[in-house]
Amino acid sequence: MVANTPAVPDTPIHLTDPHVVAEHIKTQYPDAVEAVSAQCIVLKKEHLLDVARYLHDNLAFDYLNNVTSVDWLDHFEVVYHLSSMERGGAPLTLKVNTPRDNPSVPSLVPVYRGADFQEREVYDMMGIRFEGHPYLRRILMWEGFEGYPLRKDYKEPYYEEEKKPFGSRWDQGYHILAEDRNPWHDNVQYPANFDALAYQPPRDTVPVVEATRAALTRLRTDKIVLNFGPQHPSTHGVLRLKVTLDGETVYAVEPVFGYLHRNHEKIGERNTYLGNMPFTDRLDYFNAMANNLAYAITVEKMLGIKPPERAEYIRVIMAELSRWQNHASALGFIYNELGAFYTPFMYAFEERELILDLFEAVAGSRMMCNYMRFGGVARDVTDDFIDKCKYLVNERLPRRTDELEAYMAKNELFLSRAKNIGILPRDLAINYSTAGPVLRASGVKYDIRRAEPYSIYDRFEFDIPTGTVGDLYDRFMVRFAEMRQSIKILKQALEQIPPGEIMTGKKNYQVRVPKGDAYGRAENPKGELGFYVVSDGSANPYRYHVRAPSFINLTALNQMCLGHKVADMIVILGSIDIVMGEVDR
Amino acid sequence: MALGLLNGLRYTASRLVKTYLSDLKHLGRRYDDALLKERQSVRGSGIFTVQYPEERLPAPENFRFIPFLVYEPALDENGQPKIDPTTGKPVIGKQRCTACGICAKVCPPQCIWIVRATTPEGKPKPQPAEFYIDIDVCMNCGLCAEFCPFDAIKMDHVYELAGYERQSHIFDIHTLSKPASYHAQIHPTDWAREEAERKAKAKK
Repeated sequence: MVANTPAVPDTPIHLTDPHVVAEHIKTQYPDAVEAVSAQCIVLKKEHLLDVARYLHDNLAFDYLNNVTSVDWLDHFEVVYHLSSMERGGAPLTLKVNTPRDNPSVPSLVPVYRGADFQEREVYDMMGIRFEGHPYLRRILMWEGFEGYPLRKDYKEPYYEEEKKPFGSRWDQGYHILAEDRNPWHDNVQYPANFDALAYQPPRDTVPVVEATRAALTRLRTDKIVLNFGPQHPSTHGVLRLKVTLDGETVYAVEPVFGYLHRNHEKIGERNTYLGNMPFTDRLDYFNAMANNLAYAITVEKMLGIKPPERAEYIRVIMAELSRWQNHASALGFIYNELGAFYTPFMYAFEERELILDLFEAVAGSRMMCNYMRFGGVARDVTDDFIDKCKYLVNERLPRRTDELEAYMAKNELFLSRAKNIGILPRDLAINYSTAGPVLRASGVKYDIRRAEPYSIYDRFEFDIPTGTVGDLYDRFMVRFAEMRQSIKILKQALEQIPPGEIMTGKKNYQVRVPKGDAYGRAENPKGELGFYVVSDGSANPYRYHVRAPSFINLTALNQMCLGHKVADMIVILGSIDIVMGEVDR
Repeated sequence: MALGLLNGLRYTASRLVKTYLSDLKHLGRRYDDALLKERQSVRGSGIFTVQYPEERLPAPENFRFIPFLVYEPALDENGQPKIDPTTGKPVIGKQRCTACGICAKVCPPQCIWIVRATTPEGKPKPQPAEFYIDIDVCMNCGLCAEFCPFDAIKMDHVYELAGYERQSHIFDIHTLSKPASYHAQIHPTDWAREEAERKAKAKK
């Protein structure tokens, strides 16, 4: 499409085309657009906030998928992905450039509250300041950490070489322990003139945001700050919550991350494209298969290849089995949080074991599957696998879903603890960029499998279950409904799976990805898992960013918990269904 | 009325009974291998506890843990593999590995170190002189085995590798080498496929 002729600008479908959107922007802000291409719009940073508000209010780009940044050595580029809940389709890419010294861009938090944690992450990792951000602090690293790990000139402790494979491995590869190779002979880098004994960490203050609903108590009490975690059985790993309490009522919650941070993205940039595949298993370790799929479709998008039919079916089968077991365990976890220790959870785990056995039989590992490849899958499934899978899908999973629902969803104790707790209204759910079951429980009918179908999801018949109120009960029931839809997809896929090849082209470990960038996304059980990959044509990705659904869903935690009791906060956290491997990356 | 709650309790009670029913049905046949397989499969019912480490679940063929190097054993005059009396392992005749370095290049955490052998004149020989895998670094992804063009590196089924010191976790070529018969035993399907491919190649 030519830039000057925006064909039928009011037809919403064209709003995924950057040229058309740019024409719209130019009518309001003639100077705002710096450049337009078929992939993205480059904006001037002075106009970013205005344009974002215009896109949000007038063109219904109400959802901020992803915020990330790229270090181009001479400047930084901040990348935004926006989409519309109503229209669906591929997200719109906005880019803003900022110079490398004293980099800053306006914050989008006033328009999209979902930008909150994501901008903090960019600030933490790349050192770009977001002017107007209400609480711009490090999020994954500790406050006092020196350097910005995702800048290209940053070298981590145990740094060996810029890119893998390392030259020292072959052909004179004598083994050296990592700590002996460390050029600094120390595990940690400290700022210049750092004195560990005299160091005082910055005093923590908990921001009190929108605490209107909290001030209901008649007693005059002082607020206290409770440190919850990082070692606590109900925080699903090493999450720390700084909770301000008024009596037992939650006044503000601030999640503190980074205890499991390993800079997955930096590892990814040092690694080869294929080498990242087993690392994606370790993001959301409950759904290695689904993570593999999301990463594979992103790189396939850049390579311009499609897997053969059989491989597509195998991928869908794996992803949906993964979804069933994730939701079943998530429901069990919620009961755990309510105090029903491990009995319901173990009932949910029984079928999960069988699903993991199937994964193990075909992929070689129960949880770290490393099963998808670019253009196919690693191994073909056997007839025995299909038989077992059919039995499981036709007999056991539907029965177990019904049983679990009868057992868990009608319990009066549960109902009284779940209904009208942790309500997230529809508009806030969108504004906070929540994804997956959390978003759908708030009544938004948005599922990437329908909105921007990937793999072969456009062939299957299934519904998108939604909630009405957006409370804990809805989030619980949406997962049950999604388990049923997964079974429905699985039944169709197992009937239709054709024989044939499982790889397009030859298996290749040195994937050459053409120059460019791509944002690929998949509907993971936890929400939208996105990968933003930039290639410079070499064997390693230039930039590799993960849009982790659990991380961004936590942005809404404070909102959901306000005014509830501490005991409810734990259940609300459970209903978001987080995995720290993905939150901290 | 607490019907939902009571219904839930009924479900728990029925589960308890079912577990014992299944145990009663198989009374006295607990250690039957075929039965163990069935009770662990999708068609099994009730809860069955495997008494690890006395009992172990059979590992599926594709199961992958720490790679090993495949070697062809040396043969004695009868054409049988020679057994080293001190180790009880067959004597190494020829390593399949040609030290091409693909596994070291494809390894995502870079845990493979290879030293290529040289002739006395200093020319490189297609043989490994040293081969190290730091199993503390290995992430068991199986990419080395998947991309080895000579079927020389395969994933093992042995998963009990605890040691008292870190140095024992750096596997050298002697620890890693296992005879081809071991590969054939734990990977029967793969073995058959590879042999068929090799024969087809030899015919050409």
